[in-house]
Amino acid sequence: MGQYIVRRLLQAIPMLLLVSILLFALVNVAPGGPLSQFSRSRRMTAERAESLKRQFGLDKPLTVQYIVWLAGNDWMAIDTDGNGITDSYGTRKGVLRGDFGFSYQNREPVLPQIMDRLPNTVYLMGLTLIVVAIIAIPIGIISAVKQYSAFDITVTTLSFMGQAIPEFWLGLILILIFYVGLDNPVTGKSLLPGGGMYTIGAEFSLIDRIRHLILPVSMGVVGWVAWWSRFLRSSMLEVINQDYIRTARAKGQNERKVLYRHALKNALIPLVTMIMIDFPYVFTGAIVVEQLFSWPGMGRMYYDAATSRDYPMLMGVLILGSMVIILSNLMADIIYAYLDPRVRYD
Amino acid sequence: MTEHSDQFLLKIRGLKTYFYTEDGVVKAVDGVDFNVNRGEILGLVGESGCGKSVTALSIMQLIRKPGKIVEGKISFGSVNLRELPLEDIQEIRGNRISMIFQQPQTSLNPVITVGDQLAEVFEIHADLNNEEMREKSVELLRTVGIADPEQKALAYPHEMSGGQAQRVMIAMGLAMRPELLIADEPTTALDVTIQAQILDLMRDLRNELGTAVILITHDLGVIAEMADWVAVMYAGQIVEQAGVVPLFDKPLHPYTRGLINSIPVLGETKHRLADIDGVVPNLVDLPKGCNFAPRCKARKKYGLSICEEINPDLKEIMPNHSVRCWLYQDAEDHKAPLKP
Amino acid sequence: MPRKADVKNKTMKSPETMSSLVWRRFRRHPGAMAGAIILAILILSVLLAGLSPFDPEISDIKNRFQPPSGNHLFGTDGLGRDVLVRILYGGRVSLSVGFLVVGISLAIGVPIGSAAGYFGGWVDNVLSKVIDATMSLPALMFMILLSAILREIDAPFLKSNSTLTISLVLGVLSWPTAARLVRAIFFTFREMEYVTAAKALGASNLRIIISEILPNGLGPIIVESTLGIGYAIMEESTLSFLGFGIMPPTPSWGNMLDKAQEHLSQYPWLAIFPGLMIFLAIISINFIGDGMRDALDPYKILAQIDE
Ligand SMILES: Nc1ncnc2c1ncn2[C@@H]1O[C@H](COP(=O)(O)OP(=O)(O)OP(=O)(O)O)[C@@H](O)[C@H]1O
Ligand code: SF4
Ligand SMILES: [Mg+2]
Repeated sequence: MGQYIVRRLLQAIPMLLLVSILLFALVNVAPGGPLSQFSRSRRMTAERAESLKRQFGLDKPLTVQYIVWLAGNDWMAIDTDGNGITDSYGTRKGVLRGDFGFSYQNREPVLPQIMDRLPNTVYLMGLTLIVVAIIAIPIGIISAVKQYSAFDITVTTLSFMGQAIPEFWLGLILILIFYVGLDNPVTGKSLLPGGGMYTIGAEFSLIDRIRHLILPVSMGVVGWVAWWSRFLRSSMLEVINQDYIRTARAKGQNERKVLYRHALKNALIPLVTMIMIDFPYVFTGAIVVEQLFSWPGMGRMYYDAATSRDYPMLMGVLILGSMVIILSNLMADIIYAYLDPRVRYD
Repeated sequence: MTEHSDQFLLKIRGLKTYFYTEDGVVKAVDGVDFNVNRGEILGLVGESGCGKSVTALSIMQLIRKPGKIVEGKISFGSVNLRELPLEDIQEIRGNRISMIFQQPQTSLNPVITVGDQLAEVFEIHADLNNEEMREKSVELLRTVGIADPEQKALAYPHEMSGGQAQRVMIAMGLAMRPELLIADEPTTALDVTIQAQILDLMRDLRNELGTAVILITHDLGVIAEMADWVAVMYAGQIVEQAGVVPLFDKPLHPYTRGLINSIPVLGETKHRLADIDGVVPNLVDLPKGCNFAPRCKARKKYGLSICEEINPDLKEIMPNHSVRCWLYQDAEDHKAPLKP
Repeated sequence: MPRKADVKNKTMKSPETMSSLVWRRFRRHPGAMAGAIILAILILSVLLAGLSPFDPEISDIKNRFQPPSGNHLFGTDGLGRDVLVRILYGGRVSLSVGFLVVGISLAIGVPIGSAAGYFGGWVDNVLSKVIDATMSLPALMFMILLSAILREIDAPFLKSNSTLTISLVLGVLSWPTAARLVRAIFFTFREMEYVTAAKALGASNLRIIISEILPNGLGPIIVESTLGIGYAIMEESTLSFLGFGIMPPTPSWGNMLDKAQEHLSQYPWLAIFPGLMIFLAIISINFIGDGMRDALDPYKILAQIDE
């Protein structure tokens, strides 16, 4: 098992490199390029631009630039004034050492800014996924076990609807109903807040936090519950019709144990894998909800960065996002191999 | 009605099990009667799709939607299994009646070790502690001829061969020394040498434990070798039943004759029933008269017109030998050549 | 259960039986039929949008924020434009994006998946890595980046975030689904006897790929493509809602909701109707896809033909 994990980790490395090359190439064909921000400055002279270009390594071919981006240039001698004599060393450490460069918007390093926003996103999306699991798993099981019952038909219909509702529109409608529409009968204010993580200026209160979570979490929950419960229902149905379930009954086992010991164990394997594969959503899927509910997370930061074409920031988030996705896929494989004895490690 | 003894362990009368599918009602079992004596091996034969497995599952009360037992009585000892509440059925399953299935490998849970799956039978029906359950499971595996049973108990089903998996299924079926064992094509999925070993094993166990067996197969060779009593099934009904010797000596029903004529001669394998043209009818809309009429050569030979009008009853026309065929019955519009 | 090798023979032998059977099964699925009818109505009304007296893009400041009335059934927006007409023209855009994206995915995914599945070996290895790498990009974020970059580029055909541009942005990420599916189909069928036979008879690889193996996968490909139209519409609307999709004044269901949040308290109708259209379109398409899945289930069909 250990060997298997190591081997899979090693396989993930070329994948990440491939993704980074792709992103790097893409951002570099973008018009303007990394220096366009400086050109807006009035103090910029042609010589200064040239020297900056050399300092950033932009005079070099794209392949060298990629290596600099990846591994930095603090070990490279640089000829800043273009007289043919190297006169200083670069200042960049490279992505491999956590240097994603500086944000164009505020000239601050990218990584600390991402790390600063990340917890807010994980807080919101993590809670969303937990709520999704709590609702979707029992629903999926019950509707499979009671296939074609009124409950199952209702759930199936609702899940079709849930998968067809655009998330952002659902958010708008929720705001329309619970923030704009309904008022709290006692205070006369809106029933639920329409944005933010907490009431600004007020003291910490759990109730206040929860009130701020209800709408954004609900917005995220609907589509995911629809998708996971449907997924679990169909994998459960597949398992329920397997021969070994009949064997368990033929032994005289009661229905509850047939379900929990024999069916669920098999049906949860694909679901757990599925959850692992969907997990990066915690990291990458928050743009819409954060935008709609003014949530100070990474998604909103990405949105702002895209609006102002802050490429280092965009690159940083995308690379980290891909890393999370690749690692989650890897985790999914490992968990699968662990749960299902039929999978061999070689 | 055929009665080869009056001490029946299992007595089935008028069993009908239908499947209500999108494409119509599949009459998989459509009026089946037979008896099983204590300690006796009953062979149930017939072509693929004639309702053998559904009959077995009906006895076990394991018919699930869209299927339903719509009619009939399944008496086991003094009780009608159809009327028993689920808890009582669960008490009988795996304990007094057990069943082993056609596909041994898919019939075992892939994520539980075979030892644990075997021990589960004891957990349900016996009052043993974990250590005792483990010991008994290993012992059973040894009994059914699994080499190195301690190790094999820890294996997962995919780590076993088909023959080993079937042995595990048999061990499971015999764990509680049942009065009745239903073996649904226990050897079809296995190769010939393993087949012989498994059959020997079942016969030995019958001899030692006195377990009655319903042996389902479409292999008449297996029947001839194993069974005491034979019921031949066609399109959801029993068309002939008799002791094994009279059945092979003097088969009466045209279908049985066809079956016996198409037993492969040594060294030559026949995949089709050479002597019977056509295929099993669609069980959704069966012919009005005798189910076998469209394929029956005897009908043409003797010019029986009633066959296409009315389905004959299963009638005991000799002691301990019944057949469902107009050839052996008096009808109003013709005199059948009795016992041709 | 029929053997897989029979699939082809059966489809070749009885094309009429096949299609009438599929149609019979599809018709029996109430959701699929309802979906087909709703989608047909949607497409028809979108095509007839030109009959309306109102223009989707020209503003009419005198008539800003009219609530729904006999004249403007869905009201007017902040620039006085009729919301219904904009929804219909927006539907043209959204539905076109849906179909275009699926077209692009198939155009990229089918050749790549076929090559990977047919040749196997290092070809498969390399192509699979590309598929995996594409799939490990955070989709929405990447589309935003791509759209932001493309907006700056003034290439011919890709004029700032047109229908085609946005379809390309979506297609670049959606083809791996098609490629994986096709690859799996090839892995299933490439060892079949008739394929080996065709090879022995000297048929070219391209011929075997196109006329011997691909037809077997038609069912699943059609189902996936149908559902793909729905995903694409959803993604386009999200992207447009965020301002990185179809650019105003061209209406799309997503960008009509872009400004809706600001006006939510006074002019809620602006937020309701476009979203409802997205919902209707996608749920119809999903039901149609589901019905097709049931109807095209190859084993079900074979069991029927066998009888
Ligand atoms: N769950 C089900 N739904 C619909 N029809 C069924 C179902 N189970 C069995 N049948 C039908 O009932 C008929 C009898 O099936 P059964 O499995 O009893 O045949 P069998 O005699 O055991 O054949 P085989 O030798 O192939 O095992 C078949 O026509 C089959 O299609
Ligand atoms: S009843 Fe008639 S058709 Fe049926 S088996 Fe006898 S002779 Fe043949
Ligand atoms: Mg069977």
